Amino acid sequence: MRLVRLRDAGRPRIAVTLDGAALEAQEGDTLLTALLAGGAGHLRMSEFGDGPRAGFCLMGACQDCWVAVEGMGRVRACTTLAQDGMAVRRG
Amino acid sequence: MKVAVVGAGPAGIRAVEVLVAAGLRPVWIDEAAEGGGRIYQRPPAPLKRDAKALYGFEAGRATSLHAAFDALRPQVDWRPETLVWHIRPGAKQLHTQSGPRRDQVEYDAAILCTGAMDRVVPLPGWTLPGVTTLGGAQIALKAQGCGIGRRVVFAGTGPLLWLVAYQYAKAGAEVAAVLDTTPFATKLAASPGMLRDAATFAKGIYYIGWLRAHGVRIAEGVTPIGIEGEAGVSGIAWRDPGGREQRVDCDAVGMGWGLKPEAQLADLAGIPFRHDPLQWNWVPERDVAGRTAIAGHYLAGDGAGIGGAAVAELAGARAALAVLEDAGRMVDAAQLSRLDAALARQQGFRAALDRAFPFPRALAAGVADETILCRCEGLRAGELRAALAADHAPGPASELNRAKAFSRAGMGRCQGRVCGTAAAEIMAAALGSTPEAIGRLRGQPPVKPIPLVAEPVA
Amino acid sequence: MKADVLVLGGGGAGCSAALHLAQRGARVVLLERGLVGGQASGVNYGGVRQQGRHPAELPIARRSREIWGRMKALVGTDAEFTVTGHLKLARNEAEEADLVAYLDTAKEYRLPLRFIGRNSIHREYPWLGPAVVAGSFAPEDGAANPRLLAPALARAAREAGAVLLENTKVVSQTRDVDGFLLVSEAGDEFRAPVLLNMAGFWGGAVAEAFGEPVPVSPLSPNMMVTEPVPYFIEPNLGVVGGNVYLRQIPRGNIIVGGGDGESDPATPWSRPLAEVSIEAMGHAVRLVPSLAGVQVIRSWTGIDGEMPDRIPVIGPSGTTPGLFHAFGFSGHGFQLGPAIGAIMTELVLDGRADVPLEAFAISRFAGPGDGGGAKA
Repeated sequence: MRLVRLRDAGRPRIAVTLDGAALEAQEGDTLLTALLAGGAGHLRMSEFGDGPRAGFCLMGACQDCWVAVEGMGRVRACTTLAQDGMAVRRG
Repeated sequence: MKVAVVGAGPAGIRAVEVLVAAGLRPVWIDEAAEGGGRIYQRPPAPLKRDAKALYGFEAGRATSLHAAFDALRPQVDWRPETLVWHIRPGAKQLHTQSGPRRDQVEYDAAILCTGAMDRVVPLPGWTLPGVTTLGGAQIALKAQGCGIGRRVVFAGTGPLLWLVAYQYAKAGAEVAAVLDTTPFATKLAASPGMLRDAATFAKGIYYIGWLRAHGVRIAEGVTPIGIEGEAGVSGIAWRDPGGREQRVDCDAVGMGWGLKPEAQLADLAGIPFRHDPLQWNWVPERDVAGRTAIAGHYLAGDGAGIGGAAVAELAGARAALAVLEDAGRMVDAAQLSRLDAALARQQGFRAALDRAFPFPRALAAGVADETILCRCEGLRAGELRAALAADHAPGPASELNRAKAFSRAGMGRCQGRVCGTAAAEIMAAALGSTPEAIGRLRGQPPVKPIPLVAEPVA
Repeated sequence: MKADVLVLGGGGAGCSAALHLAQRGARVVLLERGLVGGQASGVNYGGVRQQGRHPAELPIARRSREIWGRMKALVGTDAEFTVTGHLKLARNEAEEADLVAYLDTAKEYRLPLRFIGRNSIHREYPWLGPAVVAGSFAPEDGAANPRLLAPALARAAREAGAVLLENTKVVSQTRDVDGFLLVSEAGDEFRAPVLLNMAGFWGGAVAEAFGEPVPVSPLSPNMMVTEPVPYFIEPNLGVVGGNVYLRQIPRGNIIVGGGDGESDPATPWSRPLAEVSIEAMGHAVRLVPSLAGVQVIRSWTGIDGEMPDRIPVIGPSGTTPGLFHAFGFSGHGFQLGPAIGAIMTELVLDGRADVPLEAFAISRFAGPGDGGGAKA
């Protein structure tokens, strides 16, 4: 899944990493936006072997976008703001 | 008097406004960082907040609510980014979690304005990255300035289907198709009732007309076949009303069939529920003023039954007045009757809207055995059907919570929010029963996940 | 409806009684006010544990463990019974002494048990936190899925010829020259010369109706479960004192219990308590520190009956011929349930059971000056 920045895309850049790889994001991005606009493709794998997931409701209800952030523990990507320097692991 | 208001969407804002005007300083809690609710969610500060661009026809309403919220915030005990994960109605306590911090809020009266989420039907491929709810697609655009893909198909039914498609097209995304499961004739038949709110009706007509005029592919009365793709979405297939298979390439799909109340807190508060035959949702029971069978607990907004944002504003104010009335305070009788009249007027429009965009029961009941039903547990529809066939039971699992116990449907992180509606339809069809008789998944604390910690931060 | 035996209560024990009685040809009717396994039997922690039990319960627990081992043959499913071993942990010297003292009890009842001292415990279980100082491991113990057991027993009982009626609330129970007469809320009548009172907390009211009140109180163990995380906790974990217990299932979810929720048996209605859940979370993370940050996704409780001495009432009535009790399992009846059904069957059909039951006699509460009834 690739989120496409349609407007207001010239905000200051921040850097996050996903499983060690650098991604470029923008101030004001949620983690979900940062990762999926940055080319992550997916956020986690289903624990039960039915493939990659990248969130679904984007409003904190479906619980399908949990990832781990160093120093923060497990968080919902859609309701967590991305911060410069965040190190994210796929959930 | 201590009043707690849960939710800072249209209902919560208007409720708090009334309470503050009466000289109270309520505790006001929302999971978001700011007020507005999901419908008028504001982008985080680094993004621009041009109301006209973000909310279109709703800009005036959104601006007014945001201004009200900003004015109220210093006058209340505002608790942003805070989840109410449990409620103890007897002791009148709310239990909250905010980051690592856990807290307890005591109240004399609580107004629950907990909103709604998309009602969905599982389709083959619906767990693929690139598939979101219609609400999710809209939030990506409004709050993050992003489209869910480069070439997007919107599928489902309801006013949101057309609104989101319009918003995407206006924002410059390519809308590859709009697939409405409701035939045009059904909408047409309901249109006289919708004229009760001519302005809203006109907006709906405008979106559809605009999309047609701009050459967006539109299909009505469709039966979705499935979303295609491997690691992501590559297309969607459907059957047209004539039974012919159609497909279109796309890299994202937004889907939804109306809304359902996020009523878990009302459930935990012990408020009785009923199955609303028109909305086709389980809704917590309340009177027109938002009073419930559990003293001191009031409901307003879509969390109390889907009514839309305009109704939510009225209902929020009305519930707050009910709180004041019940506390023996003087309230403005003219304001009361104005609100009651406006709420009554809206009811007729809402009923017509529900008739215009009915939930596709057959589609939900017919989810193929191999299609994932419960995303959290990776459970397929066939596994639920197998559990119904007296596998472990003394008889068929005739009730949704027992089916959950046997099959794990609804046992995951979301507690059946997403799959519950379809699971009930599948059961009803398999057992020759009705969703009303099948029941609903009971809410269980925590309302949303909370972390295990050694020492809670108080 | 006429039967040889009426069973009141469709928990694991009641359903097992219906099964064992039907297998021996008795005409059984079981009456359940809600759904089978709807209360304590279906919503408990799922521990299949012998270690740590009151010595009087160990012979029953040993017998039940034998039935658990052949559960699949008996009812067609093993109810996810897994022999993971049960590891009971000590967090200070006093608790460690407790573990050591129990070794003799275990030996007496031939319960395999291995003490793990402070030098070995962290080597064998590197994920345990520094709060743990010792443990004892019962290799035969394990866990099962409580949601599946009572319904599976019920289904097997039905296949063996028993009649099980759910959503059948009994509103009156009497005995006359023709035997027992139970009347349901719907007005249906059930008659039999023998009545088994296996109604959990509500068994107290049944005993009282036959003139032998007992001090049973409602008990609602507070339970929760986490999201799935990679499987690493193999044994079922407990602690001396019992303020927390947890186990992980191979799917990855971790089930955590500890403390009590609140309930109203009249409705009936029960719910977990936030502060109790929070306290158990703390105990769990101190036991297994790497659980910090794992998300709790659901919590629940149900209603069991608790006796003041925390062991059940089992055996014939002291007042009424043909009446037998088995209730008040005090929060640890899940493992015992299968054997209780077999034992009740023997009491009814053979007039004796092959395990000693004296400690569980209802007469222990019938002292002078004891008015009986539920304690406050």
